[in-house]
Amino acid sequence: MSASPAPGFRYIGKKRRTKEDPRFVTGRGRYVADIALPGMKHVALVASPHAAARIKAIHTEKAQAMPGVRYVLTGAELCAAVEPLLPGVDAPKVVRYPLAYQVVRYAGEWVAAVVADSRALAEDAAEKIEVDYEPTAYVLDPEKSIQPDAPLVHPAHGSNVLYRRKFVWGPVEEDFARAEQKLALRVRWSRSATVPIETFGVAAHWDPNQKLLDVWASIQMPKYPDQTARALRLPGNAVRVHYDVDVGGSYGVKRGIKHTVLVGYLAKKLGFPVRFIEDRLENMRGGDMHGPDRIFDLQVAFDEDGTICSLKIRALDDVGAYAGRSPLQLGKPVGAIVGPYQIHSVEYEPISVMTNKTAQEAVRGFGQSPTNYAIETAIDRVARYLRMDRIELRKKNLIRKDQFPYRIPSGTAYDSGDYHTVLDKALAAADYPTLLAARDAARAAGLLAGIGIATCLEPSGGNTSFEPLFNAKNDTTTWMDSCLVRVDLSGAITGVMNTSSSGQGHETLVATVLGEVLERDPDTIRVVHADSLNALPSNSPVGSRMAIMLGGAAAGAAHKIKAALLAIAAHNLKKEIAELEYREGNVSVKGDAGKTLSWAQLVEIAHRKYHLLPPGLEPGLQAKFVWEVPGGGAMPTADGRIQMYPCFSFEAHVVLLEIDPGTGQPKLLRYACGHDCGVMINPDIVHGMTLGGIAHGIGAALYEKFAFSANGQLESQSFMDYLIPSALEVPPISIADHCTPSPLTTFGQKGSGEAGYLGAPAAIACAVNDALAPTGVSIAELPMTPLQIWKLLQTVTKGPDLKSSTP
Amino acid sequence: MTEKLYPVSIEVNGTLREAQVSARLTLVDFLRDTLFLTGTHTGCEHGICGACSVLLDGEPVRSCLMYAVQADGRRVTTIEGLAKPDGTPDALQDAFCEAHGLQCGYCTPGMIVAAHALLEANPTPADDEIREAIGGNLCRCTGYQQIVDAIKLAAERRSGSAR
Amino acid sequence: MKAAPFEYARPATLTEACELLAAHGPDAKLIAGGQSLVPMMAMRLARPAWLIDISRLVELQRIAAPDALPAAADGHFVVGAGVRQCVMEREALAHASLPLLARALRFVGHVQTRNRGTIGGSIVHGDVSAEIALVACVLDAILELRDTSGATEVPAREFFLAPMVTSIAPEQCLVEIRFPVWRGAGKAVTHGYAFDEVSVRHGDFALVSACAQVELDADGRCVRAELGLGGAAPVPLALPEIGAQLAGTRLDAQSISAAAGAAADSSDPESDLHASADYRRHLARVLVARVLHAAKAEAISKIEAAK
Repeated sequence: MSASPAPGFRYIGKKRRTKEDPRFVTGRGRYVADIALPGMKHVALVASPHAAARIKAIHTEKAQAMPGVRYVLTGAELCAAVEPLLPGVDAPKVVRYPLAYQVVRYAGEWVAAVVADSRALAEDAAEKIEVDYEPTAYVLDPEKSIQPDAPLVHPAHGSNVLYRRKFVWGPVEEDFARAEQKLALRVRWSRSATVPIETFGVAAHWDPNQKLLDVWASIQMPKYPDQTARALRLPGNAVRVHYDVDVGGSYGVKRGIKHTVLVGYLAKKLGFPVRFIEDRLENMRGGDMHGPDRIFDLQVAFDEDGTICSLKIRALDDVGAYAGRSPLQLGKPVGAIVGPYQIHSVEYEPISVMTNKTAQEAVRGFGQSPTNYAIETAIDRVARYLRMDRIELRKKNLIRKDQFPYRIPSGTAYDSGDYHTVLDKALAAADYPTLLAARDAARAAGLLAGIGIATCLEPSGGNTSFEPLFNAKNDTTTWMDSCLVRVDLSGAITGVMNTSSSGQGHETLVATVLGEVLERDPDTIRVVHADSLNALPSNSPVGSRMAIMLGGAAAGAAHKIKAALLAIAAHNLKKEIAELEYREGNVSVKGDAGKTLSWAQLVEIAHRKYHLLPPGLEPGLQAKFVWEVPGGGAMPTADGRIQMYPCFSFEAHVVLLEIDPGTGQPKLLRYACGHDCGVMINPDIVHGMTLGGIAHGIGAALYEKFAFSANGQLESQSFMDYLIPSALEVPPISIADHCTPSPLTTFGQKGSGEAGYLGAPAAIACAVNDALAPTGVSIAELPMTPLQIWKLLQTVTKGPDLKSSTP
Repeated sequence: MTEKLYPVSIEVNGTLREAQVSARLTLVDFLRDTLFLTGTHTGCEHGICGACSVLLDGEPVRSCLMYAVQADGRRVTTIEGLAKPDGTPDALQDAFCEAHGLQCGYCTPGMIVAAHALLEANPTPADDEIREAIGGNLCRCTGYQQIVDAIKLAAERRSGSAR
Repeated sequence: MKAAPFEYARPATLTEACELLAAHGPDAKLIAGGQSLVPMMAMRLARPAWLIDISRLVELQRIAAPDALPAAADGHFVVGAGVRQCVMEREALAHASLPLLARALRFVGHVQTRNRGTIGGSIVHGDVSAEIALVACVLDAILELRDTSGATEVPAREFFLAPMVTSIAPEQCLVEIRFPVWRGAGKAVTHGYAFDEVSVRHGDFALVSACAQVELDADGRCVRAELGLGGAAPVPLALPEIGAQLAGTRLDAQSISAAAGAAADSSDPESDLHASADYRRHLARVLVARVLHAAKAEAISKIEAAK
């Protein structure tokens, strides 16, 4: 893999082993299921078999009599004692509780909880609970759900629409009128999710004397302690979330707030620690962690020379029976709604609709990957229509490197980029001429073969601008993050981060940044996680924000430490700061190396020698840094323009794919990805996440779907039917790096936690359609399984026309 | 009415461990909850994800698909048993660190167990043999590539060949 | 996902195992590798009151290659029901005498599952797409079942009744599988073998599988052929009539195409989440053609190599 060298850095950009890996490879991670609390009891759940029903009665006597059972909880009790969980849009009647209250709204919704001495005993008792249901009407099809006669998932809300708005940015109708051509298309992104190998789990313990709820959870969620406290009717400082729990993957979904409210309530009521670890069935059906489930209807206006003039996008998203932040996943893509292209105007109509299915939650990219899939499919259709090379069409429309910062019609400015170069690097990494030859040779041999190209953005720096955009009553504009740094009496450095991690290497990130600024070896720097009582404010690793926000905060705190050291030195060497030189923690007078105060000496003065401390400087050596997302802090305009995220990483995928014409099975043969996330702080970490993101995208493109039967049962509820790619489904991948530093961040870094996933489904769909092109059919729905491809091939009425495909 | 308990005597990481267990206690739950060896993880409990992989008499198996009683008298090696006696990584585990063949670490113990067994049987595996050997271990973080790199690196180091 | 409670026994002999089965009847299940049974128990789809562990019974571990009989007779390769799949993978004799089974084993699950799963367990479980069961049917293997009253022989082709349903009685234990080995009965013949399947991911249950074993004379004419389909009917489907029609042909493209079409017509597949019945029927035709071509090519290449 090529890597752009990071200019002039000591540690940033260099290969470095992570701090986290050693504990994981020796089996010494500390995940929530590893934490044994004395006297801890276990939870199992009873789930609804019906897509919609009234609960007439719940008979718990037999369960209560089972061995080892401590308590049986139903919605009637719980829902009176806790505050409901609300969606991220203005829909106060769409309430969610951890257990169903009076009605169930999807098959798999949790109805009762058993607490017992072991999980096995809890399951034995859960089987004995009998629930009398009266099934009611339900709706599963989002296009039916928005009709006025559809059964209502939440009747009190008055409709099944959670959010709907038509944004018009720029002269869309004029651009469509004057454009030489138009195309309309529909694409469908089916429901999938990140499905981490570790399910969600939470353990809680209530101390009645301190009136404190300790919580350990596999969590990746902004405002988690706050929402837990609110729901349990506790003040914020009565909940202590331990962020040092290792999280076994999340990629967005681990927002187990309903699980936490359930377990917190039980712990508080029952007086002993309670733990709930989802089993895989509970996770898939009832964990409320499904991803976007979207139908896009697009119209593209373009000229004969390939200039894309305007776009209209209608995005209908099925969030299921309840919603947390999920409707907002239609909002984040506003910040990259034209992709990497110079498109003059856009109309965007997001519609968030409910059906009687498992609830949707935040998934890696927060809606950007489905949107990129839709945009890229439209671009390919234009290329096919014009018989224009797909690469040439893209190059014509891509924003040029001299145009940055580039403001798109919806109000966001892209900070920096050089999309043409990254695309060229990807093509070179793929050895594009050889790829073409291989494709054509495969076609000549009777196979279906195609090359896919996708050029996509990864917005990064995770801001919450979609909140006020989608809900005028919600004027949240702060989305800060933070870091605290201590240098102790021995001169050792400790960094404190204020949220959980799930494999992104944050400890390594912070140590590297602190080492860079303070010019001290990152291997000697320890990074720990605070808990929510002693943490500085953070908003979690979401929206690819930590390299920017946590990295920036660590740098900010380190600079304060450095400033303090310089102040101490200036005071003791009796010089102005401008006359001093800082090197590796030691401070000397410029040009007079004999006049030096070493790191150790400076630390001693700070901690022990108050009489040598400059007046006004606080004793000790510590600093905190809390800051807002760059470019954030504003409310949207009346027509919905806003700076969504600050920094824009970019990826170009080039894929060679074959389809076995006899069986319809697709096979990825070559995969190259050009990637620009600005300055990479740790290349191995960044590459790892990009490779994992591509694998995740392969899953969404070819294998994964939460499929529901006609009566609302989740058919793919275990790993037997929900098919996650193994090492045999993911090909070797070449990554070609490029670096356009961000002008907005400390070192020029951009985020990269969602890399790969945001472009892979688009690229693979493009490749499949290129493979199918000689037959005249195309596919516009994910996942593209062998069955789907075969069904499509059956509609072909003529033999393949090898000459009819575009280059 | 409590469940009947059965005596088991299993050698785990070189030490004989004896306990009274219910028949339905899986081997993975025995390792984690009875012996507090929490390095082995559960991801599905129905035999697909591979996170629970351990060595049974030196061969990788899914410990969620065995009951502890079935392992009576057998020899089990977990991820904890692969590290050096002082708890620091062995050559294979170190190669995973060098190549960053992991991120969240949840699938990693099972992955390393499978890799260990592969290298014992096949010290110089080709890439496709590596992927076949870990084909029953799902990972959501890495896309497998840096895992394959780690195993290749370990193979090179164990066989002493130049990189 | 914890199993419902059960009691456990690990009898020391097959006789004891049968006695326990007789005593507990349908409330008891035998367990060897557990790769199919334990997931079902975890989901509480199976809840036996008794698990009888036969994984260490020596009587179920026999592997015996065909005797050194006169070349005129075909022998049988005997595989104990408790022999683990990984053992058969590694067993050189098995590769030599039962190449079709060796090919099939590559598609069975993953390393971990083959380290525990047994040849017999896969057969008794009765999954319509199980590779080992298909090979047993196609090769017309004989199954030996035992209970307290003695031994019974059942042809594999009569053993499978419906998805997950075999003719084994609750008190019976599968002891051995006797696979016929084609040795050519003294004629100058070569053999070709092929197993193929379509699954969504590597190692998944097959949507459809197919296998073929052919015997060609020195002129490349087919002397005998056996083929079959898995996942395309309520049971593994051996197709001896279609195989008989291939005898005498040169396994030319037309004969193979006709056989593949006949095989697809014989199939009776289900629709599920991953494949429709029509798709399975189509795959049946495609895969039968492919395995016949591949088996023929292997046999022809041996003829060429011998020249």
